[in-house]
Amino acid sequence: MKILTKNMHVPNLREIGVYESLGGYQGLRKSLRDCKPNDIIEIVKKSGLRGRGGAGFPTGVKWGFVPKNTGKPIYLCVNADESEPGTFKDRLVIEKDPHLLLEGTIISAYALDCHLAFIYIRGEFSYGATVLEKAIEEAYSKGYLGKNILGSGYDLDLILHRGAGAYICGEETALLESLEGKRGHPRLKPPFPAVVGLYRCPTVINNVETLANVPHIINNGPEWYAAIGVERNTGTRLYAVSGHVNKPGVYELPMTVTLRELIYDHCGGIRNGRRLKAVIPGGSSVPILTADRVDTRMDYDSVAKAGSMLGSAGVVVMDESTCMVKAVRRITRFYAEESCGQCTQCREGTEWLYQILTRIEHGRGRAGELEILLDLCTQMKGRTICPLSDAAAMPVESYIKSFYDEFAAHITQQRCVILPAA
Amino acid sequence: MAEKVTFTIDGLTVQSPKGISILEAAKQVGIKIPYYCYHPGLSVVANCRMCLVEIEKIPKLQPSCGTAVAEGMVVRTQSPEALRNRQSVLEFLLINHPLDCPVCDQAGECELQNYYMDHGVYDPRFNENKKKRKKAFPIGPYVILDQERCILCTRCVRFTREISKTGELAVHDRGHLSEIDVFPGVDLNNPYSGNVVDICPVGALTDRDFRFQCRVWFLSSTSSVCPGCSRGCNIEIHVNEHFNPRYHDKRVPRLKPRFNPDVNGYWMCDEGRYSYPAIDAPNRLRAPRLRQGNGWQEVSWQEAIQKTAAALREALEIQGPTGVAVLASPQMSNEELFGLRQLFRDVLDVRNIEYRVPLRDKVYADDFLITADKNPNSRGAEALDLGGNGCEAVLRDCVEEQIRFLYICQHDLTRGFDEDQVVRALSKVQFVAYHGSRENRTAALANVQLPAAVYAEKDGTFTNIQGRVQRIRRAVAPLGQSLPDLEILELLARELGLEVQPGSPGEIFLQLAEQVPAFRGMSYESIGDLGQPMHSFGS
Repeated sequence: MKILTKNMHVPNLREIGVYESLGGYQGLRKSLRDCKPNDIIEIVKKSGLRGRGGAGFPTGVKWGFVPKNTGKPIYLCVNADESEPGTFKDRLVIEKDPHLLLEGTIISAYALDCHLAFIYIRGEFSYGATVLEKAIEEAYSKGYLGKNILGSGYDLDLILHRGAGAYICGEETALLESLEGKRGHPRLKPPFPAVVGLYRCPTVINNVETLANVPHIINNGPEWYAAIGVERNTGTRLYAVSGHVNKPGVYELPMTVTLRELIYDHCGGIRNGRRLKAVIPGGSSVPILTADRVDTRMDYDSVAKAGSMLGSAGVVVMDESTCMVKAVRRITRFYAEESCGQCTQCREGTEWLYQILTRIEHGRGRAGELEILLDLCTQMKGRTICPLSDAAAMPVESYIKSFYDEFAAHITQQRCVILPAA
Repeated sequence: MAEKVTFTIDGLTVQSPKGISILEAAKQVGIKIPYYCYHPGLSVVANCRMCLVEIEKIPKLQPSCGTAVAEGMVVRTQSPEALRNRQSVLEFLLINHPLDCPVCDQAGECELQNYYMDHGVYDPRFNENKKKRKKAFPIGPYVILDQERCILCTRCVRFTREISKTGELAVHDRGHLSEIDVFPGVDLNNPYSGNVVDICPVGALTDRDFRFQCRVWFLSSTSSVCPGCSRGCNIEIHVNEHFNPRYHDKRVPRLKPRFNPDVNGYWMCDEGRYSYPAIDAPNRLRAPRLRQGNGWQEVSWQEAIQKTAAALREALEIQGPTGVAVLASPQMSNEELFGLRQLFRDVLDVRNIEYRVPLRDKVYADDFLITADKNPNSRGAEALDLGGNGCEAVLRDCVEEQIRFLYICQHDLTRGFDEDQVVRALSKVQFVAYHGSRENRTAALANVQLPAAVYAEKDGTFTNIQGRVQRIRRAVAPLGQSLPDLEILELLARELGLEVQPGSPGEIFLQLAEQVPAFRGMSYESIGDLGQPMHSFGS
């Protein structure tokens, strides 16, 4: 079952003519012709679509939070700052099928009564930015953007904004700060962006993959969409699989797929016939799953039940040759570098974790330091303005708990106990 | 009455105004929640995470500085998790904090030290090397920065953006590499830069001026008012109780702003803050002096007053009250101006009194605190009706030899007129008495110098530009033989054979309040620490 990627094999899909010839922009036509903005919100609610950025919040419900008649403009921001290590699904949509994203954005903006939308694209996605820029130009020239779209009387302008390379700007309020031209620091919440967002106006921030689903929901109806997957986990997901599999890549599958099916049936199994050791199911910040969880279904609720999070569905597969100390140290370094530095716990804690893990990896760990690490993680979780501190603490905590003996051996034997891959 | 909400904090049911933060509401009922980044005069960023508290029905700890009280809310500031959080925030803040306390000016008024007493871990588990950063480098004329001590609360950054609106400071770099610094090529050089030292909760920003001058626990504090301009910013005068002239040259090593929501908020300007050396400056008049030919001779108060009184009596005998002129000063307190008015106008019937001397110097003023009038009590002198025909008229009278006795308080006339003009006028006067605190070119032209105490050495009131009457208080004894102005006037009156009821400034103020409509019904008690507006009077 492919929805978002069904046309991706078509050459030159990123050209508007090709996109239109495959039924592109029909969802937009239908929306503007047949639907009032509120109808679209209801349709999306009924479809059960949940946010694809990480938190999995129901999209229609999020749209419903936007206060109407405040006298202020309403903004829509597309979060294309895909930076979570292990995640590369939005990039595929942006680079291969930009008009799908644009169509979804325009329909969603219409639903929100928004007349100015932004795409905040990750700074490193320079190719994606070029593709989107051209697509936006085409959409303007064909009358899908600008004044009086398709004669409906609805106006929308769309601005592409390139980030400057900070991971934290993927956090929605940091994204807004950055978009406003300030340092990308997450904001204190409440107020939430739906009420006080960009330029202190009501704002919705949606992930690329989320919006790319919207045209299909409009075209095929919410019932069709809700029937895919399982209850509360409707539709497909773009699983970005990397690591020790034979065929890494982005796989679009309904959320009924199990981890085992994903790894062994779709991705061709573990490279060199090795044994599976662990899997990150949803981007580097989520707790790790051990190999015995391989029959977990890859939907929001099942992964949560298994003790992790589906998050961005960035699946990183690790085989038996992986040193877990080294893996988590590398991840921790990322968060130490990307912490914005506002909150004490995160600014100091991420670096402290990294320093201890570095010593342990280099055979200079001391007795009792695993307990210190676990306690630091407890102190870092749930106490900061944004979830980056949790994102740094969760892996450390879960890797130590899941592979305690391996970490302990690193300290007692003062060296790595995993044989390197041949 | 503002709308109130009822909520529970640590088991106490409290009514607080709607919209205020839990932290402020807690303060009002005496519950202290520790914090670093919060400052009531700045925006809320909630980044230090020290003030997190437990709120029922909310799963995570919430910042009390950034969470408004709500009806029915149940807050626990002392829950095990809240306490554990404070302990861990302190631990995180201290892992890279240098052990500078023995040489740090902030020691004794450092919030890291203070909170550590209650929330310290006391058993460090940090096994890494502390981060090295730039230490002790000046970032402006008054402020020195130590990045190792900084806890990145960003109060200083917010101050330069929100209050001084100059924006010299910023957080540079990111995450654990973050550091506060000025922008390249920029100095922290604005009229209010010293405030960042006050609001820095740790020893990162210290005063270049106060650096290594005195341990803060040797300081006593006296509430007063800055005499630097007509704003009358509320201040604390800090006195070095271990002052020893062998090691120190100043009894007062620093001034600090004192919160007054109606005058200066939490702030004061650098001009006022760094005006304290004037208290013990070398140019202070320390003893009564009489002119001896071209030089000066130090004399006793008795002799100086005798000579002054004799000259005054002679002028009155020869020419009557028109032969006397008085230049009162808006540097003097309301009580002193009132005493001066009683003696010269009410008793001696002198009418030629003026308090305004124009200033030719270019002065700085802005729309925040600093005013163009560099006198603390012009409104008081105005309310006491001490204005005449202007100083120029007085000088003209002198030149025309109509004045035999001129009593100049505090003024340096050469700052308002050409020196030649002043010399010519004063040389035509038989006797010039200079009643003031400092040597200057006008004092140099007098026949007698009567050394007066400065604001930090006496009690009284100033009336600021808003018409607010505010108390000054004696923090140190008058320097040398100088005397508070009221005592000088009292000596003079006695010498003239007048019956004088000795009175404290507070008692004089009560007489003043009785006689001058603008002050009616006021007393030192009613003025209190934050001052009291004068009644409006005829414009």
